[in-house]
Amino acid sequence: MRFSEKWLREWVSPKLTTDELVAQITMAGLEVDSVEKVAGEFAGVVVAEIISAEPHPDASKLQVCIVDAGEGEPLQIVCGAANARPGIKVPCAKIGAVLPGDFKIKRAKLRGVESFGMLCAEQELCMAESSDGLMELPLDAPVGTNIRDYLALDDAAIEVDLTPNRGDCLGIAGLAREVGVLNSMDVTQMAQGESRQTIPDTFPVAVEAKAQCPRYVGRVVRGVDLSRPTPVWMVERLRRSGIRTIDPVVDVTNYVLLELGQPMHAFDLNTLQGGICVRLAGEGEKLTLLDGQEVTLTPDTLLIADQSGPLAMAGVMGGEHSGVSPETKDLFLESAFFDPIAIAGKARRYGLHTDSSHRFERGVDFELQHHAMERATALLLEIVGGDAGPIIEVLSAENLPHLPSIQLRRERIKRILGCDIPEIDVENILGRLGMDIVKTEQGWHIVPPSYRYDIRLEVDLIEELGRIHGYNNLPTTLPILEGLSPKREEALLPVSRFKQVLVDRDYQEVITYSFVDKKYIELLTPDQPSVALANPISADMSEMRTTLWAGLLKTAAYNINRQQDRLRLFESGLNFIKRGDDLQQIDHLGGLIYGGVTDESWFGKVRPVDFYDIKGDVEALLALTGSDNFSFEPGEHKALHPGQTAVIKRDGKTIGYVGALHPSVQKTLDISQKVYLFELVLPEIRRRSLPQFKELSKYPEVRRDFAVIVDEKISAAAILKNVRETAGSLLTNLVLFDVYQGANLEAGKKSIAFGITLQDSARTLQDEDINPIVERVVASLKDTFNVTLRE
Amino acid sequence: MENLQTLLEQALAAVEHADSVAGLDQVRVQYLGKKGEITGQLKTLGKLAPEERKAAGAQINQVKEQVQDAIKTRQSFLEEQALQQQLSSEAIDVTLAGRSGVVGGLHPVSRTMERIESFFSTMGFQVVEGPEIEDDFHNFEALNIPGHHPARAMHDTFYFDATTLLRTHTSPVQIRTMENSDAPYRIICPGRVYRCDSDLTHTPMFHQVEGLLVDTDITFADLKGILAEFLRDFFEKDLDVRFRPSYFPFTEPSAEMDIQCVMCDGHGCRVCSHTGWLEILGCGMVHPKVFEHVNVDSEKYTGFAFGMGVERLTMLRYGVNDLRLFFENDLKFLRQFQ
Repeated sequence: MRFSEKWLREWVSPKLTTDELVAQITMAGLEVDSVEKVAGEFAGVVVAEIISAEPHPDASKLQVCIVDAGEGEPLQIVCGAANARPGIKVPCAKIGAVLPGDFKIKRAKLRGVESFGMLCAEQELCMAESSDGLMELPLDAPVGTNIRDYLALDDAAIEVDLTPNRGDCLGIAGLAREVGVLNSMDVTQMAQGESRQTIPDTFPVAVEAKAQCPRYVGRVVRGVDLSRPTPVWMVERLRRSGIRTIDPVVDVTNYVLLELGQPMHAFDLNTLQGGICVRLAGEGEKLTLLDGQEVTLTPDTLLIADQSGPLAMAGVMGGEHSGVSPETKDLFLESAFFDPIAIAGKARRYGLHTDSSHRFERGVDFELQHHAMERATALLLEIVGGDAGPIIEVLSAENLPHLPSIQLRRERIKRILGCDIPEIDVENILGRLGMDIVKTEQGWHIVPPSYRYDIRLEVDLIEELGRIHGYNNLPTTLPILEGLSPKREEALLPVSRFKQVLVDRDYQEVITYSFVDKKYIELLTPDQPSVALANPISADMSEMRTTLWAGLLKTAAYNINRQQDRLRLFESGLNFIKRGDDLQQIDHLGGLIYGGVTDESWFGKVRPVDFYDIKGDVEALLALTGSDNFSFEPGEHKALHPGQTAVIKRDGKTIGYVGALHPSVQKTLDISQKVYLFELVLPEIRRRSLPQFKELSKYPEVRRDFAVIVDEKISAAAILKNVRETAGSLLTNLVLFDVYQGANLEAGKKSIAFGITLQDSARTLQDEDINPIVERVVASLKDTFNVTLRE
Repeated sequence: MENLQTLLEQALAAVEHADSVAGLDQVRVQYLGKKGEITGQLKTLGKLAPEERKAAGAQINQVKEQVQDAIKTRQSFLEEQALQQQLSSEAIDVTLAGRSGVVGGLHPVSRTMERIESFFSTMGFQVVEGPEIEDDFHNFEALNIPGHHPARAMHDTFYFDATTLLRTHTSPVQIRTMENSDAPYRIICPGRVYRCDSDLTHTPMFHQVEGLLVDTDITFADLKGILAEFLRDFFEKDLDVRFRPSYFPFTEPSAEMDIQCVMCDGHGCRVCSHTGWLEILGCGMVHPKVFEHVNVDSEKYTGFAFGMGVERLTMLRYGVNDLRLFFENDLKFLRQFQ
């Protein structure tokens, strides 16, 4: 809501500077967004009349004007504005005037013709962003008057960003009430005035949708003269409130909206057929709005209609056909109360947002309609003349909002705010806010006024007390908090611990959008159903990710395109996985490596990363659990290289993948070098075992090394598993220290070397203890894998 | 005995000429070994008259000792020399970089979240997380934002269907916590949130940390105390703070909290639009309707809730001037936060 400070001060004017006033209402919850002067800094500009305007002898676009600026002698002024013509009144900057930007007006010669001043446009006085020609003042503007005084330009336009609960402040009257409370001042009420009725004419009004329109007030006004201009004071107030002048009727309805907060509408009476009917739209009904667009109405849209069909979208916007035009002679004025819920969201559904819908959605004072109608009538008759009929009212009192009687307990004020508010302050604050107050044993019974839809509960009243008292005047304390039952589980690793391992291993965390381009999903997890947003911001952010690799690969491509040749990235967050009707949102941890194993360095050529680099990182993550129930098995994943994919399992359950990006995916994504990826299901790896102390053995360890030749298709893991199982309980360590394939070996064979470490907790192992174990291990490997021992 | 003197001189000269520990050892063997020349002299003693033997023996031993000392001295010298040579030959350019002495980094948003979590953990708050795809009830209804409420326009929501949406704040986690456990509550809810808005100062996804403290005796004064304490801790400055009345459907009274601008210390700058104040978070006392939705007795319990934007705090803390940088993930940006 934008308003003129001077206008507000007509209602209530505390002894505060503009800055102080702005700070005061901001701290009361009416946040001021901006304060702008309504005109630039200038001096020496007066009202002048153009007496004559002749073409300049040497310049086709200039005119030589003779101007009466109230100085006795007319002035000769050269002017370039197309609308300069005899008889109009305009602002004139005389010799010696200073215009905004410290522009001094001096005597000048323009193409050989002398000029004694400058005629001004709005833009030149900083009263508009742009203007088309001279500012034309009313014909009755007194020549020679200082323009600042004439237009009351020493004023500020204040923009206040109101929260949706404060619809009551969407008018000067409401703002004034608030300022009155804050300063404990009474607010000047505009005189109600007597009824302006001079003719008996009425027009039929029927309200079908009584719940949506509990009160409809209308009036016929005949014989208006719309050729008369809106007075300059009204035009200026509208301008300072951010509203353009249209015609005197629309200007008056807008003025009342700004002053009282009551949206009104004026119909051209002679376009109406039969009578007004307030009803819900029928299926498929159409209406052409004031702005020219035709909309198809949905059945829950509240309409103002006549016999011929819809006239206006109630509380939102009028229709083109029934609107006021320059030819209009007779009017039907509307001042209604529409239920907030009936209007809420309707404008938005049609892509509209109007000053009217903004107010009705938040709640217009349901006792205001009569008063607003009288105010509008009085203004209108003054400006465009005519005769008003009696006020027509259709009321459904039972559908008006119900004003609650709220119990306010003294004790509760302290419970919420942390301090007492003196009783006299409570009554003063709530009284000035327009509440009915009855004192009770425990406190008060309060009935809020018809304009405060946000006051329904005791806490709402307590907020008002805190707000007006000032939040910053309330005490500040630190609560004494007793311990809650412990919930920290040592066996549950925090996600931050995993992230820290990756950071320590030279990974950079990234955070990418959870919605991705569908092409990534089709490329990486084609078999995985995904969920799509109904209203995405763009096509490349339309699908919820099924894998963190989508964002990681996109980030990789982005950085590779910016000359990064080595990447180590990770992200953690939810993947959105559909299983039938069930949508699972599961926390994952994913990583990507690309380029050299280290940064380029003086040590020599940097080896590119390979599968075992990223697998080592994954192993480090899993090592945090202290568990050995993880396994890596050859696996399959649509995004990964079929020969370089391991599925990671914990106790046989799949918990992740690690591997090389599939070369064809890599090509599609236009990445030049190999990319390696991993992804782990976080909840599956967060659980760790608690350490369980075992007595340290005092006896020495014994190590035996083996080298076996085996078919190359046999995995190392299978061999080690076999050894582990057959070595028995004395085995304390098993290490694979060599894998060899090539010269000296038969094709299709490989050599694997490993060492076993044995130890007993009760004695020193002797050969006769060790040899049977060694024999058992070898025999089992021979039996199972047909290995031969390598000498 | 001139012979002995000559032998001594020869031996000493040989010691002096030895230029390696091995060469010196040869000299020792030559003169002092079992078959050494000086050792040999002792064997000639038998040929002497008994009365001469003692003096001659002493003379030979003296020569032997002289040579031994000389060898010892020379040996120390040669060893020292060898060590010096080794050391100098092993000298390297210590200014060259070490092998992979690098670490990665957390995303700045994570870094800020960890700092926020750490403060509230110390204050006894539990960190709780929840789903990002939410239902209308948890995101709106239970928070006292019914379908027609104008506050819905403040949340430009991403929808999947009529009742499924991307959470617009982490408040639903508070609702779920209150649904599933009994008061008192002391939690913070960090996480991703989503609004259908994208321009210079809005990204469609961002991060929030919300908090909830509900107990039998919590007031607005406590809210002011804890949040002021938090912001002073976060910015490590003794900041002025202020609370302005505001509106959230789920709190009453509601407030916006401002801090003295951390860029200009409240003198007024571009960042604070020359007001000296920065809007930093929203907060308020939990609305009785919210308590009603989750069956908490609002006569018995009171409490406050707050919510803050992690990106905004990060920008103010580290001077980042463009929100969109957070999700472009340019390594040149991210590495500034190692």
